[in-house]
Amino acid sequence: MRLTCPLCGERDRREFYYYGADDYLRRPAEGAPAAAWDDYLHNRDNPAGETRDLWYHEAGCGQWLAVMRNTVTHAVLAVDLVAPVAQKRGRK
Amino acid sequence: MPRLITKSPLAGLWPVTHGGVALSEVVLEGITSVAVLPGGQKAVDKTLKPLGVAFPAPGLFSENGALRLVWTGRDQAFLLNGTLACEGAALTDQSDGWACLRLEGAAAADVLARLYPLDLRAAAFPPGRAARAALGHMSSVLMRVEGGFEILVFRSMARSAWTELEHAMQHLAARAGA
Ligand SMILES: [Zn+2]
Repeated sequence: MRLTCPLCGERDRREFYYYGADDYLRRPAEGAPAAAWDDYLHNRDNPAGETRDLWYHEAGCGQWLAVMRNTVTHAVLAVDLVAPVAQKRGRK
Repeated sequence: MPRLITKSPLAGLWPVTHGGVALSEVVLEGITSVAVLPGGQKAVDKTLKPLGVAFPAPGLFSENGALRLVWTGRDQAFLLNGTLACEGAALTDQSDGWACLRLEGAAAADVLARLYPLDLRAAAFPPGRAARAALGHMSSVLMRVEGGFEILVFRSMARSAWTELEHAMQHLAARAGA
């Protein structure tokens, strides 16, 4: 498996650290109901199909990446940097 | 007061050659990390202009004589052999943190192919290209220069990098001789 890092280009999967579903990017707002925190922390889908996960380019640029891939075909569909999106959200 | 002598990271090791590939140390005159602050790119570009180097796009370096600015991460580059004063970037002195090794010779890319999972053939990785990638298990900054490669590794791992590179050189030379 290879991931095409937006900064480093096509790299071997072993250069990356896997973190899990991109739900971690959608932290509930302060005062959100307990169910929202439950979803954020514990509840994950296990799709047979497209899923979006967080990967860290440990042996390369040191950036967090959001990777869209298909768990059935193993196709990697998109690799995006997390930081620019997160920064934009932070500025709002 | 004792007289202190500066030692380079690979002091005591002399250039070695195996199979036409030569390994040596490059002693740099300073390394500065240039991390562009939000909104600081314009100020950085303005500061760099008279130095004759440009802030590099990912995977590239820019140079003017000995001065070199190499991409090392998102909105970050290392300035080699020079210093900078600029409001637009967070500047940190990295001089004592890194060692620089140089690999030269026709088969230099073949030696590195044993350690880097990258396509380093001249067509894919010509002079002016740079990559952050692991040399074996060591973090490194790899640069393709005229006639060879230059590699930055953490100073604490300088001798490990040297040993691994020399072993790869020896293995390749042995195979060529067989
Ligand atoms: Zn990367």
